[in-house]
Amino acid sequence: MPFAAEPPVINEAATAFMLIASSMVLLMTPGLALFYGGMTRSKSVLNMMMMSFGAMAVVGIVYVLWGYSMSFGNLQDGGSDIAGIFANPFHLFGLGDLTGPDGARLIDPFGVGVFIPEYIYVGFQLTFAVITVALISGAIADRVKFGTWITFAVIWVTVVYFPIAHMVWGGGLLSGSEGGLSAKLFGVTDGVASVLPIDFAGGTVVHINAGAAGLALALVVGKRLGFGKVAMRPHNLPLVMIGAGLLWFGWFGFNAGSELAADGVASAVWLNTMVATCAAAIGWLIVEKVRDGHATSLGAASGVVAGLVAITPACGALSPVGSIILGVVAGGLSALAVGLKYKLGYDDSLDVVGVHLVAGLWGTIGAGLLATSTGLLYGGGWQQTVLQILIALISLVLSLTLTYLIALALKATLGWRISDEEESEGIDQAVHAESGYEIGGLPASGARTTRPAVTASQVEGANA
Amino acid sequence: MKLITAIIKPHQLDEVKEALEAFGVAGMTISEASGYGRQRGHSEVYRGAEYTVDFVPKVRLEVLVDDVDSSDVVEVILKAAQTGRIGDGKIWAVPVDEVVRVRTGERGVDAL
Repeated sequence: MPFAAEPPVINEAATAFMLIASSMVLLMTPGLALFYGGMTRSKSVLNMMMMSFGAMAVVGIVYVLWGYSMSFGNLQDGGSDIAGIFANPFHLFGLGDLTGPDGARLIDPFGVGVFIPEYIYVGFQLTFAVITVALISGAIADRVKFGTWITFAVIWVTVVYFPIAHMVWGGGLLSGSEGGLSAKLFGVTDGVASVLPIDFAGGTVVHINAGAAGLALALVVGKRLGFGKVAMRPHNLPLVMIGAGLLWFGWFGFNAGSELAADGVASAVWLNTMVATCAAAIGWLIVEKVRDGHATSLGAASGVVAGLVAITPACGALSPVGSIILGVVAGGLSALAVGLKYKLGYDDSLDVVGVHLVAGLWGTIGAGLLATSTGLLYGGGWQQTVLQILIALISLVLSLTLTYLIALALKATLGWRISDEEESEGIDQAVHAESGYEIGGLPASGARTTRPAVTASQVEGANA
Repeated sequence: MKLITAIIKPHQLDEVKEALEAFGVAGMTISEASGYGRQRGHSEVYRGAEYTVDFVPKVRLEVLVDDVDSSDVVEVILKAAQTGRIGDGKIWAVPVDEVVRVRTGERGVDAL
């Protein structure tokens, strides 16, 4: 290592790219709020959107305080962690040690000589934690106390998300590190596992994780009043389509940004993300047309999201044609899977399981089949596929079990459900004291001011 | 005086309004309504779950007329609203005791 003594140099192209990519991923959460909000009934649209905005607010802070330290705090400072499960939450608590000569310490997470300020690496990862928590909320629409949800967000991201992120991306058990699962099963070559697990942008960490958590929450929280009997139609499909569009846009930051460099791989990832999503929308619509007789707008929006989910782990390993195959299967599978909740009797309200868990599992396992270098269908042998199935199932079981326990604990303490009367009147008014829409043209629906807003002069007067 | 109420297809509203204006009716009130008769509702499918929507969108149109015009106005609405397909709606007329124009205080036929 003749250059070991030289200080690392910032890669400004990669830094600019990561600033933009992180902002794009952040936009996905308001996009998700629209996607979910439009799917609920009009009396609960605000609560649905507030679950996403609430997740943004608390997870953003938790991530800076101990989330990054727990997930990636080991990357630069000696690499110690606790049994490959999580890193020391206090090592970089509050990120106080990340300042450097040019304002920020530099990091090269993949060890490829592309250095970016660690602050923006924190920011990028922060947006992933935010959206993963927000995704779960779709399983429990219309019926949950806001305070319990916010408490859940803090506990869940700490106990479930940070450890899984560390295991997969932070050099832990599910990564390709020397101490990881793959190294133990298939051996080590040049200091890393001979068969590297494929999860480019978060099939396990984000989607299987959120999907399994959604299932656990739906089981513990229980069904909405009238589930399966009364019609629960989406109240605003244009919002759903706008939300799907924003998710699609932001997802390019999510997937291409996961390369952590503005390079050829990021470009291939961009294209794979595009075509898989197109194919998934078509796959979903074909199933609908054949089964129900109509190609629906909700189907197109849902197919888009299923495709984005499936290509997330696989986008760095597939060819464009492989991505199309992965996408069309993802759309079709998810379209078939969303009906399961009625047969099995759990109320995963907005199909977090049917879309994120199913497409996440398929994308993670499909990457093992379709990877151009090591995939089963490309003559790469069976090891990659077996490894993909293992990491998918471990994430699934881990998230399902831990989330179930957290949900039970919250049920016994804070309680999950609002009262039946509040739920039937509408959670927006009961929990937030607001209505999403003013229905009809009557002046303010007969509303009048009973307590004028506090003005500045009143505040001064009160302090005087 | 009579109050004539018609429940019609939203699509027929313009035609009915023009026909009533041509007949000389000076004003009317409409509101959005939902309902079903022999037409029943329709079905919608969201992510494979099928819902039957019983109440379909209709327009409720109300006109106050002098007794002597009542049957003619009903005929005018009938002709303009009729498509011959199921779901065309209904028209009925009921007697009205008193009508007052709020601006002037005029009463009875003068207020129409």
